[in-house]
Amino acid sequence: MRILRPSDILPSEITPRALFEDRRRFLLGAGATLAAGAAMWAGLPSEARAAAAKLGPLARSPFSSDEPQTPYKAVTTYNNYYEFGTDKEDPAANAGKLTVRPWTVRVEGLAGKARTFDIDDLLKLAPLEERIYRLRCVEAWSMVIPWVGFPLSALLRQVDPQGSAKYVEFVTHYDPKIMLRRPVLDWPYTEGLRIDEAMHPLTLLTLGLYGEVLPNQNGAPVRVVVPWKYGFKSAKSIVAIRLVDKEPRTAWNKSAPSEYGFYSNVNPNVDHPRWSQATERRIGEFRKRPTLMFNGYAEQVANLYQGMDLRKSF
Amino acid sequence: MTKTPSAARLAAIKALLFALCLVPFALYTQRWFDDALGANPIEAITRGSGDWTLRFLLITLAVTPLRKLTGLNWLLRLRRMLGLFAFFYASLHFTTYFWLDQFFDLQSIAHDIMKRPFITVGFSAFVLLIPLAVTSNNYAIRRLGGRRWQSLHRAVYAIGILAIVHYWWLVKADILEPMIYGLILAALLGMRGWWREQERRRQIAASMPRPMPGGKVIPLVAKSPR
Repeated sequence: MRILRPSDILPSEITPRALFEDRRRFLLGAGATLAAGAAMWAGLPSEARAAAAKLGPLARSPFSSDEPQTPYKAVTTYNNYYEFGTDKEDPAANAGKLTVRPWTVRVEGLAGKARTFDIDDLLKLAPLEERIYRLRCVEAWSMVIPWVGFPLSALLRQVDPQGSAKYVEFVTHYDPKIMLRRPVLDWPYTEGLRIDEAMHPLTLLTLGLYGEVLPNQNGAPVRVVVPWKYGFKSAKSIVAIRLVDKEPRTAWNKSAPSEYGFYSNVNPNVDHPRWSQATERRIGEFRKRPTLMFNGYAEQVANLYQGMDLRKSF
Repeated sequence: MTKTPSAARLAAIKALLFALCLVPFALYTQRWFDDALGANPIEAITRGSGDWTLRFLLITLAVTPLRKLTGLNWLLRLRRMLGLFAFFYASLHFTTYFWLDQFFDLQSIAHDIMKRPFITVGFSAFVLLIPLAVTSNNYAIRRLGGRRWQSLHRAVYAIGILAIVHYWWLVKADILEPMIYGLILAALLGMRGWWREQERRRQIAASMPRPMPGGKVIPLVAKSPR
């Protein structure tokens, strides 16, 4: 296997994904063209999925990382979405059964103007931005993903949260007809944030990646991305967002309270009880790299946790 | 149907089995060079070599029960090769961890072995396999004597249990697969326990004097006539 060293490629120099994905067909087609002398490769049947809807125009964000992005194929075939199976390739194979239209998100609880949002309204609720974030999984691997979305705070402000709303709970879609029925986790998967974390400008209500709507296996049609926390905090396929006054229970915390705390901030100094969190393998790289405090977002978020013992509040 | 194959036939069976045991290794090697192991090839190799170690341990442990149930005693002649393949895949698993995962970072490896129970257990299982692999030859059997050799190789039961525990402790939440492997191991070890118990009872029964059929019953207390 060739291990490529990431190079400093400008986003503008990256081969458009459609072309990259079609490289085999392109080569086949090019061969056929040379052989037959006829330009017919464009007419070959497409093995790829139906073209995903483009999102745009997209504003650039100062929060974006300029690190090399993890290839689209890895981002969409190496997933933890347990409802569609617990192996990394399972979600890509099984999430096609998910129906993402129509879709609504209830924003409810301690809010003056609680209401339900249609997915098409969400797409127009605030200007869409591209946010290139590092994603650090609790399993000690990481990616760099160009998400598309807008700050969750823009949605929450719409419903006028009350002063008593101290936390936000995310409830995700669960349909036993198309999803795992074994109680690996307590379905539906729920997650939560403190209200200041939820309102933080880095917390992204996410509707797409690589400039297109989210593939199902990445949590379509709407998810949240909290880049300074381990990946499981970033709930997928959200159906309800609840403003609550008490710390909500979360799926992984219920499964193993000693291993997955409510905060689950990326922290190289606090190991998972069963493995080290000091280093990570960036997908596509060979050697492990050191994990950064708050996944490299300490400058933006460290102040949220001042005076807290992050060993206890892990 | 319990006919023992001829020497030539057995050699052919062994050659075929040898090739078959190498298939997983060949497939993974091919996928590695084809870049077909997914987004995280090192993890795929680690998992694959671990899976196949466990499978070969269970296949090796299945030889004796299979022989007893089918009466095909010659199956025993394949057991050494299967056990050595378990060691082969275990070595690949360990090398993957040592080299590709940790990149010879001895400090980090030592830290892992001391601090992470699932690695402690897996490493112990691997270390225990080494003397078994080293003594898997006729010379060692002669040298040790059959009885001592056999008691040494009973360590494979402990290795099997350690391997299951290693797998069980590393999964995050979905224990289905380690549970399936665990149940197979429990069945394989349980059969041995059952047979051993039967054997023990037979021996006890054989060593007890049997009551004489039709013998007289002697009253323990002689009753005096009134």
